[in-house]
Amino acid sequence: MNLIKYLLVGFVFGVVLTKSEAVSWYRIYEMFQFDSFHMYGIIMTAIATGVVGIQLIKRKQLKDIKGLPIEILDKERGTFRYWIGGLLFGLGWALVGSCPGPIFILIGSGFMSVGFVLFGALFGTYIYGFVKDKLPH
Amino acid sequence: MSTNLRSICSFMGAGKRVSFFDWDWKSQRWNLVVVAGAMVGGYFATHFLSDVSNVSINPVTIQKLQKIGIDAPQGKLLPDAIFGAEVFHSPQKMLFLIFGGVLIGFGSRYAGGCTSGHAITGLSNFQLPSLKAVIGFFIGGLIMVNLIFPLIF
Repeated sequence: MNLIKYLLVGFVFGVVLTKSEAVSWYRIYEMFQFDSFHMYGIIMTAIATGVVGIQLIKRKQLKDIKGLPIEILDKERGTFRYWIGGLLFGLGWALVGSCPGPIFILIGSGFMSVGFVLFGALFGTYIYGFVKDKLPH
Repeated sequence: MSTNLRSICSFMGAGKRVSFFDWDWKSQRWNLVVVAGAMVGGYFATHFLSDVSNVSINPVTIQKLQKIGIDAPQGKLLPDAIFGAEVFHSPQKMLFLIFGGVLIGFGSRYAGGCTSGHAITGLSNFQLPSLKAVIGFFIGGLIMVNLIFPLIF
């Protein structure tokens, strides 16, 4: 398996999220206080870039690195799971100021206490797997 | 990004007990490599590309933080009050971080994605479910910061 390309993509992702301070608890707090455009700017720039990229892929029917067509699956239909799951995620995101990507990035940066957040996130994922069939989606 | 949490659960053997983790996680190995790269990238950025002018948040925000007893950034990415070394001696602070993690892990899997999957790539692809999830993220975040923080700090 040629893993270097994935490692490189991850490396750039880690550097950009750190340097843009999207991994900072402070920036998340500031965002939810509407005190700065900073995080909104990052998110909106990322979405704008994504829109251009996805439209190019779809309209030009671009191929991936192996020459296969790129398929981007639509999200499953649903209501409850998105509202309630999203709400719970948002509570956690604001509480510890990190989403899954930054959890890993911060641990890599040497913030060992974020290991507790990762432990919790794995445990939360496990709980979901355990109760999944009993939840409305 | 949050799919990696599921992959790691499966890697640790959760698939033996819970069918949700009995899936083809090995097809997601590339994603775990991206995570490894992101960790190296974070290390590189914090150790070689940072200085004390980092995280210059709004002074108004710093005042709000002072009121709830959280130290100003002064170049740090994370507040010591929540992530400092005392965490390892304080079960209360440990539980705080673990509880936040549980909400993130459970919520992202329930919603089928996190900030990267819904807010960035989902909205870029004009997915209505992602819009619902992102609105949920923000409602949750606003409730936490504006209604729950004043109660817990």
